Amino acid sequence: MNAVIWKLLLTRLATAAGTLLFVATTVFVITTMLPGDVAQEILGQNATPEAVAALRSAMGLDQPPLERFLSWLGGLMVGNPGVSLVNGLPVATLIGERLSNSLVLAAITAAVSVPVALLIGISSAMLRGSLYDRVVGAATIFVVSVPEFLVASLAVLVFAVKLHWLPALAQAPQGHDLLDLMRGLAMPIVTLSFVIVAQMARMTRAALIDTLSAPYIEMARLKGARPIRIVLTHALPNAIGPIANAVALSLSFLLGGVIIVETIFNYPGIAKLMVDGVATRDFPVVQACALIFCAGYLLLVMLADIAAILSNPRLRHQ
Amino acid sequence: MMNHDVSPPVLAEAPPAPRPARRLFWPRIGFAGTLGGSIILFWLVMALFGGHFAPHDATEMLDADVFEPINWLYPFGTDYLGRDILSRVLAGARQTVGIALAATVLAALGGLLAGLAAAVIGGWFDAILSRTLDAMISIPSKLFGLILVAAFGSSILVLIPTLAVIYLPGCYRLVRAAAVNVAKLDFVLVARARGEGSFYIMTREVLPNIVGPVLADFGLRFVYVVLLLSSLSFLGLGVQPPDADWGSLVRENIGGLPYGAPAVIMPAVAIASLTISINMLIDSLFGRNTDRKGAH
Repeated sequence: MNAVIWKLLLTRLATAAGTLLFVATTVFVITTMLPGDVAQEILGQNATPEAVAALRSAMGLDQPPLERFLSWLGGLMVGNPGVSLVNGLPVATLIGERLSNSLVLAAITAAVSVPVALLIGISSAMLRGSLYDRVVGAATIFVVSVPEFLVASLAVLVFAVKLHWLPALAQAPQGHDLLDLMRGLAMPIVTLSFVIVAQMARMTRAALIDTLSAPYIEMARLKGARPIRIVLTHALPNAIGPIANAVALSLSFLLGGVIIVETIFNYPGIAKLMVDGVATRDFPVVQACALIFCAGYLLLVMLADIAAILSNPRLRHQ
Repeated sequence: MMNHDVSPPVLAEAPPAPRPARRLFWPRIGFAGTLGGSIILFWLVMALFGGHFAPHDATEMLDADVFEPINWLYPFGTDYLGRDILSRVLAGARQTVGIALAATVLAALGGLLAGLAAAVIGGWFDAILSRTLDAMISIPSKLFGLILVAAFGSSILVLIPTLAVIYLPGCYRLVRAAAVNVAKLDFVLVARARGEGSFYIMTREVLPNIVGPVLADFGLRFVYVVLLLSSLSFLGLGVQPPDADWGSLVRENIGGLPYGAPAVIMPAVAIASLTISINMLIDSLFGRNTDRKGAH
């Protein structure tokens, strides 16, 4: 570690923080700029003007926008993102349990898909151009370019309807038995893993092939080193940075996938909460969930960048 | 001017290609490209005239069971109300292809104009535009879609600009990156010295030299828009009933999934056939190096 690396890392951190602030502002501006009046919408068309005005002031909607934005931002900092417009519960309470549900889903998916994806990506890079490589290439491009709900539907058809291996619906992680827990979560994890593995395997393969085309690999080949040795001892150590970068970037696809998967399997996670919030125009919920998602996304992208910085020997030994 | 008439050779240099891209002419798009192109053409025709080819009325509840399997009378089965899925898919092509195409054209035009302007004008204009749009890229597209739909609703007239706004920053970034390289070349300097205005330089000097990457990006961007629109509709936040695009068809029939009804799978297969075909056509036209990031 030296000054250059620290400077790069701090720049990345500052950029991420700045972006999050920008996102918070954008989310707030967009959701408060809407044509209608939230108070009017809650009370319906028959509400008296007095009732609407009373609700507006109770919700703080009569304050100037800047003041509302600052108090909202201040509330976020101390973990109080406001109160749901639909059921009057604090948003923090609504999010609390569901966030951990989603995190369990994401963590197990990552634990399953990273090793599988690395195995597929590295092996297809080693066997580049073979039938195996082409089949993997076709399969991953298929999964990447179709909607997640097709992958989910096909997974349900195969694993639940035809083979009867797994239940078609998901359950929240509440069973005490580990097996019960896994069975309930199985379909969402299988679906998400397909999407993530395809993405990650493609990027891992590309990263390794990039390294394999370097002149020193050609040299190793000319020396007569065996292919497996070339890949494992010559190429992989130099490809770890790009591969870590690919892994973190692919994991950011979890965010998009989880929105679909939680909806299709009716899984009580934070994405489901947000989709329901959008349908009922529950803005405090939507704002808070959007920020959590963006923070997660920015974190993963930042980790990807940091992996790239740290693994670059030209930066490490300057 | 002779300089800007050389667009095909420059086309291969503009994107950062690790391997030198092969020069490809129109007839040499191979089997995959031809197949992809034919399927795209098929869906375009269906988007325009789908109703005429439908074997049944897409909205009529037929004398059939709900969630019927594939059979001769109903090749894609029937839906949760006993309507013919094939007819509904053909009718839905207009929504999916139409909305996605309109949104992509809007995003591409906006991105093109902003990207060219940033590259040609440069300076503060470029810096502010680039920072703002880069920050917008850092919002995942599905999430951005949800936020915009929460605020502005999801009538078709709102969906099109919503989708366009989400994908405009990506178009902008690509156009700017390609255009900045061209704007540094001598013939642009000559045009400036001649006293040409920014708009002339943007459209006559720079634009013809970045057509290739812009077209490839247009195709990929269209795929993303189709996927996002379908996802929003699938969540019930996109095209609203009684209109139905392919995503809403999957949503309304999701109850048939435990019975393995084709009503769930077929509309999704239609989406997949369109998006995969575009990928195949782009790959055979522009090579395999196309960047597929940003699809989430």
